[in-house]
Amino acid sequence: MQITLTGIIRLVFERLHIPANWVAPTVMLVASVIVLFFILFVVLYLIYGLRKIMGWIQARIGPNRVGPYGLAQTIADALKLLAKEDIMPAMADKWPFIIAPIIVFVPAYMVYLVIPFGKGGSWVAQDLSIGVLYISAILSIPIIGIITAGWASNNKWSLLGSFRAAAQLVSYEVPLALAMIPPVMLAGSMSLQGIVHAQQGVWFGIFPKWFLATQILGFAIYMMAALAESNLIPFDIMEAESELVAGFNTEYSGMKFALFFLAEFAGMFTVSAIAATLFLGGWLPIHPALSFIPPVFWFLGKTLVLIFVLMWIRSTLPRVRVDQLMSFGWKVLIPLALLNIVWTGAVVLFFPR
Amino acid sequence: MDNYAYIALFAVIGVAFSIFVMLLSWAIRPHRPSKVKLEPYECGEIPFGNAWRQFKVGYYIFALVFVIFDVEAIFIFPWAKELLNFKAKGLGVFAFAEMMIFIAILVVGLIYAWRKGVLKWD
Repeated sequence: MQITLTGIIRLVFERLHIPANWVAPTVMLVASVIVLFFILFVVLYLIYGLRKIMGWIQARIGPNRVGPYGLAQTIADALKLLAKEDIMPAMADKWPFIIAPIIVFVPAYMVYLVIPFGKGGSWVAQDLSIGVLYISAILSIPIIGIITAGWASNNKWSLLGSFRAAAQLVSYEVPLALAMIPPVMLAGSMSLQGIVHAQQGVWFGIFPKWFLATQILGFAIYMMAALAESNLIPFDIMEAESELVAGFNTEYSGMKFALFFLAEFAGMFTVSAIAATLFLGGWLPIHPALSFIPPVFWFLGKTLVLIFVLMWIRSTLPRVRVDQLMSFGWKVLIPLALLNIVWTGAVVLFFPR
Repeated sequence: MDNYAYIALFAVIGVAFSIFVMLLSWAIRPHRPSKVKLEPYECGEIPFGNAWRQFKVGYYIFALVFVIFDVEAIFIFPWAKELLNFKAKGLGVFAFAEMMIFIAILVVGLIYAWRKGVLKWD
């Protein structure tokens, strides 16, 4: 018998004589807290990984003082941020200033609801049947928090940063949504588990039937929009250290800043995980012969490869200008994404699965 | 079976976590504000004026076109989900052609905006 969270909790509740109708809510609560701790853990080591990889690409060493190989560096940073004095400018708008980091962090956490880490119901918090639509809806909420933060700070740098954030949103949001549509068409399902199941099997006994096979263009569009979504160079114009100090979070310090940071790195994992699910077969192995490796390792492996690619791009390319991003989004990405939908429609209609 | 209560639960836990870490940090951090510390950061210059002023948004038309295209993407989602079902019922080409007409109308709109020269930063 497979060990599941529901099974464990049911067993514990039977021993403790707690009524059985408490099982389902407790499972939900425990699953949500597990996801929260997963995010905290992932973010700690993504930050470490980013600093190490950037150090490596730029011929530096990166963090290497706290703990073996500097592994405890981000934990130390988090504790430092927790104990830092939190400064709110006297002219700032108090409540929007405090609420803004919450608005940015909560959606970044809510997206993890539908991400399938492995096979079956126990590896995803809740596999909503509207999964892809849910993701594209939730991913556009943090921008409200960013604009709130920039406006509430009452600082010119922050305000410029948040206007740029809005400019960035109107250029990448549509290509991101349009690039998520073709996998839905190919799978005939908006649930992420359904999309993964539709990618099972191999062609000619060797090529995996991942949607990447017909969606190279869609994958490229998605990854470019995902770079903008997670505010990474070349599309980090809203933070742009060398132009805007720190953009929308110039005035933030202490734990409020940490929440922005947490959301940013959680988002980096999210966009990579979604790309792995929609285009690279999620938790499916590259070939059925390799299915002895547990699905969760395939999923995390694909996601980490994509995260590495994002970090690689981040440490290689220069930043684009706002108007360059806008004309790129509107004159290149959107026409190509529409073309890709037409192409995918033709594939669905005229090729056997 | 979908359990949409999960979405609310995630939202509540996310908010609770954010408030918890903020309160935790409030409890253990030092709190020594001074007049200079509480000034807005302007690279060390003495700040002048307020940031809440009229601002020229150079991408106003983009924002309007954005609303149209974002709604369009929402319209395409249900069609994308049902396309395979339409194909199974033998209505595939019909459904495909209908969406092509819809996309064509939007592309005409995009080309019009482009030719009018509104897709540029001013």
